Amino acid sequence: MAVDRFLTFIRVFLVTMIVIGVLAFIWQQIDPDNVFARWRNPNARGLTGDQFKGLLISGLSQGSMYGLIALGYSMVYGVLGFINFAHGEVFMVGAMTGFIASDKFQANGMWEENFLLCLLLIVVMAIFFSTFTAVVMERVAYRPLRNSPRLIPLITSIGVSFFVQNLVLGLFGPSSKSYPRLPEWLAKQRSILTFEIAGTRLMVLVVAAVSMAVLWYVVERTKTGRAMRAVAEDKEIASLMGIDVNRTIVTTFAVGGAMAGVGGILWGLMFRSVTHMTGFLPGVKAFTSAVVGGIGNMGGAMAGGISLGSAESIAPMLILEPLGVPGVSQLKDAVAFTVLVLVLLFKPAGLFGERLSSEDRA
Amino acid sequence: MSLLEIRDLKVTFGGLDALSGLNFHVDEGEIVSVIGPNGAGKTTFFNAISGLVPPTEGEIEFEGESIVGLDPSIVTSLGIARTFQNVRLFPNMTVLENVMVAQHCRTTQLLVGALLQTKAFKKEEREIRERAEEVLGFFGHRLIGYRMDQPAFALSYANRRRLEIARAMATQPRMLLLDEPVAGMNPIETIELTEMIGRLRTEWGFTIVVIEHDMKVVRDVSDRVVVLDHGVPIAQGSYDEVSTDPDVIEAYLGRPVEAAS
Amino acid sequence: MSLRVAPAPSSILDQDWSKVLRWGLICGGALIAICLVGMPVEMDRRILVERYLSLGYLSVLCIPVLVGWVASTQVVLEGVEARKQGLFDLVTGFVVGAIGGGCLALLMVALDSWNLRDPLVNWSPKLLRFLTYENGMGFGAVAWIVTGAALGLAGASFRVMPRVVRRFTTFVLFGLISLSILESVIDDLSEGFRLEWLDDFMYAKKGGLTLTSVIVIGAVIGVLSLVADGRMKAATERYRNLEGVERQKTSIVLFVVVAVLCIVLPMFLGKIVNELLANVGLFLLLALGLNIVVGLAGLLDLGYVAFFAVGGYTTAVLTSPNSPWFAPELHFGFALIFVVIFATITGLVIGAPVIRMRGDYLAIVTLGFGEIIRLLFMSDWLGPYFGGAQGVTNIPGVDLGFATVKGTDPRSVFYLVLFFCAIAIYVSWRLQASRLGRAWMAIREDEQVAEAMGINTVSSKLMAFVVGAVLASFSGAVLAAKVGSVFPTSFMILVSIIILVVVIVGGMGNIAGVMVGSFVLIGVLGGPKQPGLLQEFQNFKLLIYGLLLVFMMLKRPEGLVPSARRSRELHQEEFLQDAWLQDDKLDSDDEVSVSDGGGEEQ
Repeated sequence: MAVDRFLTFIRVFLVTMIVIGVLAFIWQQIDPDNVFARWRNPNARGLTGDQFKGLLISGLSQGSMYGLIALGYSMVYGVLGFINFAHGEVFMVGAMTGFIASDKFQANGMWEENFLLCLLLIVVMAIFFSTFTAVVMERVAYRPLRNSPRLIPLITSIGVSFFVQNLVLGLFGPSSKSYPRLPEWLAKQRSILTFEIAGTRLMVLVVAAVSMAVLWYVVERTKTGRAMRAVAEDKEIASLMGIDVNRTIVTTFAVGGAMAGVGGILWGLMFRSVTHMTGFLPGVKAFTSAVVGGIGNMGGAMAGGISLGSAESIAPMLILEPLGVPGVSQLKDAVAFTVLVLVLLFKPAGLFGERLSSEDRA
Repeated sequence: MSLLEIRDLKVTFGGLDALSGLNFHVDEGEIVSVIGPNGAGKTTFFNAISGLVPPTEGEIEFEGESIVGLDPSIVTSLGIARTFQNVRLFPNMTVLENVMVAQHCRTTQLLVGALLQTKAFKKEEREIRERAEEVLGFFGHRLIGYRMDQPAFALSYANRRRLEIARAMATQPRMLLLDEPVAGMNPIETIELTEMIGRLRTEWGFTIVVIEHDMKVVRDVSDRVVVLDHGVPIAQGSYDEVSTDPDVIEAYLGRPVEAAS
Repeated sequence: MSLRVAPAPSSILDQDWSKVLRWGLICGGALIAICLVGMPVEMDRRILVERYLSLGYLSVLCIPVLVGWVASTQVVLEGVEARKQGLFDLVTGFVVGAIGGGCLALLMVALDSWNLRDPLVNWSPKLLRFLTYENGMGFGAVAWIVTGAALGLAGASFRVMPRVVRRFTTFVLFGLISLSILESVIDDLSEGFRLEWLDDFMYAKKGGLTLTSVIVIGAVIGVLSLVADGRMKAATERYRNLEGVERQKTSIVLFVVVAVLCIVLPMFLGKIVNELLANVGLFLLLALGLNIVVGLAGLLDLGYVAFFAVGGYTTAVLTSPNSPWFAPELHFGFALIFVVIFATITGLVIGAPVIRMRGDYLAIVTLGFGEIIRLLFMSDWLGPYFGGAQGVTNIPGVDLGFATVKGTDPRSVFYLVLFFCAIAIYVSWRLQASRLGRAWMAIREDEQVAEAMGINTVSSKLMAFVVGAVLASFSGAVLAAKVGSVFPTSFMILVSIIILVVVIVGGMGNIAGVMVGSFVLIGVLGGPKQPGLLQEFQNFKLLIYGLLLVFMMLKRPEGLVPSARRSRELHQEEFLQDAWLQDDKLDSDDEVSVSDGGGEEQ
């Protein structure tokens, strides 16, 4: 079929480009002024080991934030079978809450004096508001549509996303909000195993890991988590087994929302700037991560996040620049979207396999 | 040469052999029934033929050409049409539209014709409609008249089953695969449909393969019967031969309990 | 089956207080949100009724009415006769409104006592002044509680009023609000038709309806609504029941009337309104294309804006002398040929990979493609060809020999857009009733079975993509010629989503619905960047679009003007129940000719 031939062509083309890019990169590292490099991109200087490590670290830390957000997408898709477009906005609400709170703390001096307490407080508040947003979303917009054909909740979630985005815009204005600085003792550069890593990034990685661990424990070891897994498997049978399906779904949204809230705080502390649109791009990228890892699969979501973060960080320099593409950092976002398209095209079940009920899988 | 020839067909689903070692043939003009206990792989058999499920091994030849691995739409255009066990009509399309759309692979008009309303386009639309009414008319007065413009979901169960068959007929096949055509019908409807299956062969010239559980229908309709159990054919022959075959009886009813020693 | 009557409450105080409280808080929350988002202050500028009502106040006042109405909804169980609504429900509305007003009073107190300006941008003295109506705090607080209660009562009263009164009130309100929204249109028309006296009578100098005209016109509308009561309904019934040739003739007449209006009216309208119409037209064209992709074929394409961009950039590159790399400066007509070619190619390139994906994945992937295309157009990498972030400027208008279509003459742009819209409408109409249209319907219903019936789903879906792409690219081409330049920022995902809202709110799959959706949404509220009739909504229209989308999906997914088919689809159960209750033409198997006393089956 013509379409299949076209798809094979794309597959071959992309693999070829990637291989050429990597080879060109390697050649460039060995001999910066080689013939190919001079022809394609005379300004490229390749990457030093330190630069590479830097990119990797930033990719990992960004990726772990994507992973935290991806958990929400993955869980909701696993349980209800649709993409909650508005999940990115839940993340944004967490980031906004963190901003408002940390701003107040800085204004009255608490931020410097008692940083750890402030941090704890803003995390708690962000989790509270994100969870609240997610739960309200479910109750108002998604529960009535439980039995609708699948595209309808998706479209509704687009509307919810729009609404929340613009509500925040209306309430808090369009200007970019900045988080206060992290105290020096936390933010300073550290050297761990030859990696130079900024304290902020380290904190992101640690917090993400801890959250994942907590989530893993909840899902695998507690009764609630078991209920969540059962409902994801088959709603009807789960209700016959005595599980309160509605409550479990609300819990799923709440947990996903909480994770996104943590992600929001981390994002705010990392990039120090939040607007009402902050949720859009990371939202799509987080969904990509969820798909890459295998939708419905929580470990996969985190793994997907990290993979995407790293790819997004490294691929422009590794593949595109040696091929002579100028201004590669602009195309970072394009990398993420391209990964999304490619994964859904060629391996829609993701790297680690989907975990969906049979009705959602159709 | 047989119309449909199947050799050593094997279909595996994640470790389970839904079908294995199936040899089967249908000659033109025959009516063959496929029976067997539930889970015997009968619908999988149909799915494999019509291309909805890829066989793991084996050959399926229709009119001498292999059809393994072809898209379902191509299999249909080659001349094999089927109905579904759990009636899958297009619920929001009218009865007439259901039958009109089934003629898609036999018609050609695309964009240009529709936009320019060419003579060829209008002619084809007329023909499609006429053919649809012809097919629906086979079922008597039930599916024609005002019924034609009703959405399919508004039909009664028996009429839906009939529409399902009408739709398959409209694809102008050489061979019909009917998956449990009388399931859920009352005795009178069953008798009527049994007779209709015969007429499908005599009046419309279809070769027919039927999956059924209702043995009266099987007896009245079939030239030959094939029995499947756990994906494997265990008997073939006329109805009388098969119905008295001990293996078949065992498959359906089990072995008599060994007398306690 | 015996009908029970719903239990009547024992007294008016026998309310479901938790429900009342909940609705009251929802009302209050909505009021506070609206205030803090800045709507009332911003929209206060627009006067609806001279000296008495501004859009800002309306936005606040309508909330308790709406919530009062909703809160007094009676949930009627199937087979149970509804209880007669009366004082009990009025009390419900009253209390709900009072609680809402109370919340607003609390907001006032808060505004006075604290300064939360830091996070909440609209926490300002202006808001306080608005709420206190320039009087003291005490007055304001009491006023809002009382007003809230009264409005809630009014909302609930809609349930209680005799039908005639309700009809009268609804028509008058709706009519007056429409008239004040359409002020600029009527201004232009009256100037065009030399009916300035009418304009002076209706509208005050500073804007808004004059009090006299409210009373007079209100009365007229009210009387008309009563007089025409049965007749409208009878007429629509008659229209619905027309079949075959009769229906065709009436449809053609209606169509001709609308067409004539569209051609004649702009000549009497001023520049601003024509500009508005041109914008509506551009979006209508996009919506018609998306309607084919989403409404007919069932493919949720969120990256539809990509085709819009391809059309715009192709035109820009081929016609503008400022095109950075290749500037053939072709005439618009020739460029259009290439636009179609490139749109088709893009449609195939984007369509081919997504064709086999399941619905929600298709949505996200097309979103991804849309963004990729925009990023590519904006990148420095392709800058030498497409101008990067600076875009391509100096695109000439369309030279038609007898006239030139350019941005400075919005009327000409409108006519050009109208031309393309006519093409789009024709294409949609013809395709719907064709072999391809039926194939699309079948694919939408059950793709697997459609395949089994011999439909090549891949090529059918691709055709939908391509047709949609070409229509969108037409819109892009006209946009380029109209504005005179293209920038990557004109082609954000926002556009795709707004078009989707228009299609869904108007009525998916239904040409008339899409037209209504475009006019109502883009015309009144405005497009992503362009203002509508009510410019004051500029900052809030996206909020409303989001809310509308959610609301429509929850309450009326078939849209404002549903196609009969779509209504049926989404309300299958109700359709069947109604038919059963009316015993009307419902299929039953009792037609089997029985010779030996067989049974009847339902």
